[in-house]
Amino acid sequence: MTNSFTIEVLEKLLVGLPLTLNLSFFSLLGGGCLALLLNLMRVTKIGNAIGSAFVFLFRGSPLLVQIFMIYYGLASFGFIRHSFLWPFFREPYWCGLLALILNDAAYTSEILRGGLRAVPKGAVEAARVSGMSWPTVFRRVVLPLAFRQAMPAYSSEVISMIKATALVSTVTLMEVTGIARALVSETWRAVEIFLCAAAIYLVLSLIVSRTFTWLEHRLSPWQFKVSR
Amino acid sequence: MSPDFVLLGFGPDGWGLALLRAGLLTVAVSVAAFICGIILGTFLAWARVGRSRLLRVVAEVYSVVLRGVPDILVIYLFYFGGRQVVTVIGTTLGFAGPFDISGFVAGMLAIGLISGAYQGEVLRGAYQALPKGTLEAGLVVGMSRWTLFRRVIAPQAMVTAIPGLGNQWQSVIKESALVSVTGLVEIMRQVTVAAGSTQEHFLFYGAGAVLYLVITTISGQVFMLIERRSLRGHPSGARR
Repeated sequence: MTNSFTIEVLEKLLVGLPLTLNLSFFSLLGGGCLALLLNLMRVTKIGNAIGSAFVFLFRGSPLLVQIFMIYYGLASFGFIRHSFLWPFFREPYWCGLLALILNDAAYTSEILRGGLRAVPKGAVEAARVSGMSWPTVFRRVVLPLAFRQAMPAYSSEVISMIKATALVSTVTLMEVTGIARALVSETWRAVEIFLCAAAIYLVLSLIVSRTFTWLEHRLSPWQFKVSR
Repeated sequence: MSPDFVLLGFGPDGWGLALLRAGLLTVAVSVAAFICGIILGTFLAWARVGRSRLLRVVAEVYSVVLRGVPDILVIYLFYFGGRQVVTVIGTTLGFAGPFDISGFVAGMLAIGLISGAYQGEVLRGAYQALPKGTLEAGLVVGMSRWTLFRRVIAPQAMVTAIPGLGNQWQSVIKESALVSVTGLVEIMRQVTVAAGSTQEHFLFYGAGAVLYLVITTISGQVFMLIERRSLRGHPSGARR
């Protein structure tokens, strides 16, 4: 492996980094909001059934199938092609993002459910007794406690979403993996190019996991003081 | 537009048989990858709890790398890169090309190596949850290391590891969908072909999703049975 070739490949691959980051950010944002909504829905009986069906469907099937179903599948319905939604479903970006959001929502909602369960009843009761309204209780007591509890599990979800964005290269999006594939078909030097791409993802996931470790230390210092 | 369900049947125009065969291939590649993963995971867990500092660092780096890189890149690397490596070896040995590597082997190895990194963590956790007294007791009665592993460590660690391994199995099945990029005709590849030739994209990708759901649901039930069986003799529900 020559050095100048590696640098050239890295430069070309980094062009795809903004799109990888963009997809990761918006899928996590959208997925997080949808997950919160799903958990709110679960209070009612029908909502609970819908929520658990959603989670079952999106966790039980591969993301690749979901992406293809949205990108190729929805386009085969005439009523979608002729509706106002078509400009969105025609674009691989929106289809890929939608699939990532739905997939992330299914996993995140389970993580959040675990976090919400871990909120002590007493904390909620104390907040109510001191006269907080339900929205305030939610914002200032329930969510912070739940989020802190869910942190470790959520950090691996963030990393797996960054990795999942690599799959949208199958619907022609040119993020890091997409560019890597294009370069390989030009040069046939698969090992070097894919290793460079792997290194980029590795650095990203290391940054994320370091950040979350730091956050955990900040948010629950008492758990780490013992070992110091 | 009403989807034509005859296409999913077993008739002359139906893709039923092809889908069934593809489903079996998905299960086959997943089982092979899972077995690769559990063997590799055992060694990784061993390295991480062992005394050798070098092995410990190697195992840690391995699991960090394989857990930080997208699965599809690992599969590409094995399929395209594997072909490159096989070609280099083949030409130096004096064989005439063209060289190729089977999609099944590349997929199995790639998914096995990824899954091994995760299974290693599960197994290490399970080992560390073993009551130390049982290991000491085994040593004291004069068991060899292999006997100790086979009769004391493995059966006890398995009980703790089964739920984690069950999760791993589910993700191995889903990762096997990525092997379709190597041209192996498993579910994902088969539904893509069928969708392309009939133009019924939603129907066939839907059928693919349902097939995966059937496989994950059934195997989830199987893992639940194994878990219940592994807990026989334990006080009900209360584990440690």
